[in-house]
Amino acid sequence: MADAQIHEFETKQFIVFSLGEERFGLDSLKITTIDRMKTITRVPKTPNYIKGVINLRGDIIPVMDLRAKFNLPLAEETEETRIIILKLEEVSIGVIVDQVLQTIQLGNDSIENASSLINSSDSDYIFGIGKVDGEIVTLLNFEKLVKL
Amino acid sequence: MDMSQYLQIFIEESNEHVQSLNQCLLQIEKDPEDKNVLNEIFRVAHTIKGMAGTMGFTKMTKLTHVMENVLHAIRNDEIKVTSDLVDVLFKCLDALENYVSSVVATSGEGDKEYKNVISALNEILENKGMVSSSTVKTQVANNVTPLENVKYITAQLEFDEFEQHAINKAIDMGLNALKFTIVLNKGCLLKAARSFIIFQTLERYGEIIKAQPVVQDIEDEKFDFEFTVVVVSKESEQLFSKELNSIAEVEEVISSKLAKFGAEGIPVEDDKKAEVDSQSSEHVEGVATKEADTQDTTKQNTASKKTQRTVRVDIDRLDVLMNLVGELIITKTRLEETDITAKPQEYHETLEYLARITTNLNDSVMKVRMVPVETVFNRFPRMIRDISKDLGKEIELVMSGEETELDRTVIDEIGDPLIHLLRNSCDHGLESTEKRKQLGKSEVGKINLTAYQSGNNVIIEVTDDGAGINTQKIRAKAIENGIVTKDEAAAMSQQEAIELLFRPSFSTADKITGLSGRGVGLDVVKTKIEQLGGTVEVETQSGKGSSFLIKLPLTLAIYQALLVNVGTEKYAIPLGAIYQIYNWQAEDVKTVQGQDVILLRNMVVPITRLANSLEVPDSNSKAQKQLKIVIVRKGEKLTGLVVDSVIGQQEIVIKSLGKLLSGIKYLAGATILGDGNVALIIDVNSIT
Repeated sequence: MADAQIHEFETKQFIVFSLGEERFGLDSLKITTIDRMKTITRVPKTPNYIKGVINLRGDIIPVMDLRAKFNLPLAEETEETRIIILKLEEVSIGVIVDQVLQTIQLGNDSIENASSLINSSDSDYIFGIGKVDGEIVTLLNFEKLVKL
Repeated sequence: MDMSQYLQIFIEESNEHVQSLNQCLLQIEKDPEDKNVLNEIFRVAHTIKGMAGTMGFTKMTKLTHVMENVLHAIRNDEIKVTSDLVDVLFKCLDALENYVSSVVATSGEGDKEYKNVISALNEILENKGMVSSSTVKTQVANNVTPLENVKYITAQLEFDEFEQHAINKAIDMGLNALKFTIVLNKGCLLKAARSFIIFQTLERYGEIIKAQPVVQDIEDEKFDFEFTVVVVSKESEQLFSKELNSIAEVEEVISSKLAKFGAEGIPVEDDKKAEVDSQSSEHVEGVATKEADTQDTTKQNTASKKTQRTVRVDIDRLDVLMNLVGELIITKTRLEETDITAKPQEYHETLEYLARITTNLNDSVMKVRMVPVETVFNRFPRMIRDISKDLGKEIELVMSGEETELDRTVIDEIGDPLIHLLRNSCDHGLESTEKRKQLGKSEVGKINLTAYQSGNNVIIEVTDDGAGINTQKIRAKAIENGIVTKDEAAAMSQQEAIELLFRPSFSTADKITGLSGRGVGLDVVKTKIEQLGGTVEVETQSGKGSSFLIKLPLTLAIYQALLVNVGTEKYAIPLGAIYQIYNWQAEDVKTVQGQDVILLRNMVVPITRLANSLEVPDSNSKAQKQLKIVIVRKGEKLTGLVVDSVIGQQEIVIKSLGKLLSGIKYLAGATILGDGNVALIIDVNSIT
């Protein structure tokens, strides 16, 4: 009957980025900043998708490789690679993405529920599928992503 | 007149005065004839009255006025100081604290009039010091418009906006909002267990929206024999009544259905009472009202924690700070004017001076943040007094070293663990008065709370002269709980058995008292202390007593460290932990039971290869003929860390790894190096 997520908003702004051929979106309200790649210091004893930590203007921020998290093949760093810094309550985390594409506004009607399409292991992170200019954008649930 | 600008000052000063009153009351109880203390109490009450009056807090003024009358009579020897009298004065103190909390949370003194306390005070005045126990005990809740048929104190509930909204919403959705006042059998022993069953039953059929006293207090048995809950459910009132009444030891259940809240926020109650015990009015214990108070205060306190972010600073320290900043500015100017190519000597000298100033500046700022532990310690005497009364044991708390200072953030966090340790000593450590007499010990159990500085650490000790920790009991309980097997338990050393106490949910208390026995305590203490960068150690002697030692780092943020290379990665080892650094021939490393060791001056020192522990890729230390070993101190023992090379000594600023990563073993934090990159700091205690 009612699905797990109730979209209560009218339109939301998302930052769209790419990992390989796929496009993803993150709620822009949760995004603090987008930085170029910098030296990442490896942290032992962390899951393989945590690449390490960076120094972001004096703060130590952990950085996650989304490709590793989604079990996609790893990629080389390019000029376009960016780190998107997200913040949830007290916790900040950065995610490495291939390229940051655009910002879009999506209303409720442009977002489809994902549960039927994606398999269970990933469906936690995905809270919907958006359609932009004929392209599919997988909208990510930041909170679930951050749970280590 | 707008008094809001004076609110902050009022709050700070009131808190100090209340604290002062606390100490004075404890003193006067010990020595009822002490005129000086009496004068001090009078003076403080008078000051509070003045401040409250200026701020327009009429209820507070009234209370302190009546207090003054009583104190005045005591001063004139018209009334004698008795333990009951002091109890009443303590209640006044609690009331004043509540008022101040209310001011902190809402900028107003709130609605409570504490008529009961005031009438107790007046009674004292009339009867010249005799306080009839009924006045002290029977307190009528006077802060809610009394509903006609209600004879139970906890049944008078106040609903805040959120709760009203939730209830209205539930009713809109077709659910029932039901109120149940549950009275337990007077002979009921395990109230917490009973209430747990009651809650389980309630939650099986609905959702608990509100409880009086709050759920936590009910679980902690901070209630007499009744409590009230409000539940929303689709089930009927009859079903709940039937289920609740069928639980053993439940004396009676008074139920009613709530209708939506009107504009004034008072629920229109649809009273359908079950048999109301006509003798119940005598059972109205005043404790229930106190719970209403504490419930509100706890709500306010959680909100108000954010506002207490001030520190009192010695003016001298501020002067030093100002001077250093002045020097800094001068040096900056010099650097700007010095031409590095023309006068390199002067340039380097100025740089050196700059380095010294920044270090001094840092030290000064750290000092400014330091607060004496006294601010945490001073609530303990009262707490011990109350506990000793609750448990019926005679307990004396001796404190020393209160002037020892700790960083403010540590002070904020150290209170709870200390309370827990003190409670443990009272509850588990100290024997009952009879037992102590039997054993030939003094009847009064002694707890020593000491704070002192030792090297780079501050040590806080909680020592009791009780029965000591019973390792047999611990082993037995651990086996019972399945934490260890019989063989493992037998093989454990004394120290290891004691360590079991720090495991989550471990408790050897036979019964769950209001204070402890629920087994959540010591592991929380350990975690909190470790989070502050400290350690907890235990020493115990059967029959003689136990000692808990808390070691905390003196300066939190900056210290000297040794930078090392492991593979291509850089790590920092706190200099304070380092004993010495050696070059060692790889072939001279021996093995004892699978553990690499070296023979250092006739001592067998275990070594750890950091490349392995930290899973460092590309480390070539295995192949090297010569090893660089950094010998570090771990408590009393030495242990060695194998690194690839040593970079050098450096002053580092510790940065937290953030919430997500701060639990990682082996790492104490991170620091930012001169080149802007991050280096991880090794936690010597956990890596070996």
